Amino acid sequence: MMPRITMDEVLRVAHLARLEFDDTEIEVFTYHLGEILDYIGKLNELDTTDVPPTSHVLPVCNVIKTDKAWDSYAREVVLENAPSAEEGHFKVPKVID
Amino acid sequence: MELFRLTAHELHDKLRAGEITSVEITQSVLERINAVDSKIQAYVTVVEELALEQARIVDVHLRDGDPLPLLAGIPVSLKDLICTKGIPTTCSSRILQDFVPPYDATVAQKLNDQQIVMLGKLNMDEFAMGSSTENSAFMVTRNPWDLERIPGGSSGGAAAAIAADAAICALGSDTGGSIRQPAALCGIVGMKPTYGRVSRYGLVAFASSLDQIGPLTKDVTDCAWMLNAICGHDPMDSTSVNLPVPDFTQSLVQDIEDLRIGIPDEYFIEGMESDVERRVREAIAELEGLGAQVVRVSLPHSEYAVATYYIIAPAEASANLARYDGVRYGFRAEETTDLIDMYKKTRSKGFGSEVKRRIMLGTYALSSGFYDAYYLKAQKVRTLIKQDFDEAFEQVDVIVAPTSPTGAFKIGEKVDDPLQMYLSDILTIPANLAGLPGISIPCGLTLQNLPVGLQIVGKPFDEETVLRTAYTYEQNTDHHKQRPTLE
Repeated sequence: MMPRITMDEVLRVAHLARLEFDDTEIEVFTYHLGEILDYIGKLNELDTTDVPPTSHVLPVCNVIKTDKAWDSYAREVVLENAPSAEEGHFKVPKVID
Repeated sequence: MELFRLTAHELHDKLRAGEITSVEITQSVLERINAVDSKIQAYVTVVEELALEQARIVDVHLRDGDPLPLLAGIPVSLKDLICTKGIPTTCSSRILQDFVPPYDATVAQKLNDQQIVMLGKLNMDEFAMGSSTENSAFMVTRNPWDLERIPGGSSGGAAAAIAADAAICALGSDTGGSIRQPAALCGIVGMKPTYGRVSRYGLVAFASSLDQIGPLTKDVTDCAWMLNAICGHDPMDSTSVNLPVPDFTQSLVQDIEDLRIGIPDEYFIEGMESDVERRVREAIAELEGLGAQVVRVSLPHSEYAVATYYIIAPAEASANLARYDGVRYGFRAEETTDLIDMYKKTRSKGFGSEVKRRIMLGTYALSSGFYDAYYLKAQKVRTLIKQDFDEAFEQVDVIVAPTSPTGAFKIGEKVDDPLQMYLSDILTIPANLAGLPGISIPCGLTLQNLPVGLQIVGKPFDEETVLRTAYTYEQNTDHHKQRPTLE
């Protein structure tokens, strides 16, 4: 059985997922994630050495569209939902100093 | 006459006979929504004016004797994760609270082609993550059979609206039971078609290898009508399958004498409510009485389904929900220092705690060093679960089991215990992992007067046998006619 997930690991994962938590939340999340992962550990009861993985239930692969251009949405229509836009672009906080 | 109480096919017959108009139907259902929705809180958005305008157009066509599709003039409501052009599509999340899609989902377009009347958008667990609709950022939907109880989830708004006659037909989505479980708990019909049968273009993605759109209706006939409207290949969804779609109304026949029905021992689990088991066993006896051959089958890896699902679904969700970054659409947090800080604050304020929990779980399972132990392992167990079904279906035509191990539970009962909440989908998750079609139909009430659902699971792309079994049972029982009193 794997050791329980620690608070530091939860903080590391939170950064990867671009989430942040306050101290109380981190404690609750660490506890619940630990419980869920313990339950998931149940899968180790099964020997799956020679079992192929299933990523998808359908026997389809490489679905290819015809190489044909079609009309997309007008720029202003797409920008209508943007929280911040300027001069026809999405606007974000400064990235490069 | 209380038109809102009728099914789509009954309303269709009256419309075509010239007894009623689509405007009358629409007004009747809108009045019903006004009367009961303050109690059940099923709707996030009601588009009254649009609905009446669409109904008026259908009435003109009817008057002129123009040819019309079957569902023309019938009010339909959609779970609020199906994109509707010009109508807010929120996923019951703060992060999409003000999102107005510039396009229609393929299923919404197909319903428009049918000239349905769009009534509105239905509440759900945020991003379809939940089994009780308590994870909506906006409100808790209540079970019309007992307002102190949950309607199930995540399509809880859809199931509650149908049960309360506040919608005629609805579409939901089912990733781990999110159509079938609320349908069972609200005493209505809900079906998840085979993975690949219905286009997901315009369905806000949760777990892409599992998500499937399907109908929630008052009876099996309406379910077949809705399936006819929404199934079929779509070049906009590369996972939609290019197979001919049968006319599902041809399956509405009372004949199961040639059928072999498998009963999986593993689905009558410890902790199942005795009333639920009793109703389901009675239903199985009824099916046997109607001529089907009932045999025991084994699905030995069933007990690993929930653990498998809670790796695969969160892993896929963590990737799908990466798009909510406060840049292109949706909520953006104010007062942030830089881009990364903006992402973090936007996502932390925009998502509710269950969504964050699943993103965290999925990110962890996919992170460097853990991939093989969790994600790859889960994919391998998924193979075993699928093989269980393949073997069972060599002996039987359909598998029959309970939909949920319990009736509707109390609001708040499981909110602080995520694992217990996850386990409420224990009987519906396997069909998603294997991509199989499944339906839940009402099969009676518990002693507490709560609905029990009978689940029928079929072979891939064999919705027809599932529907035939469901229809035969329904036509020989009265459970689907029972409605809550909503006192």
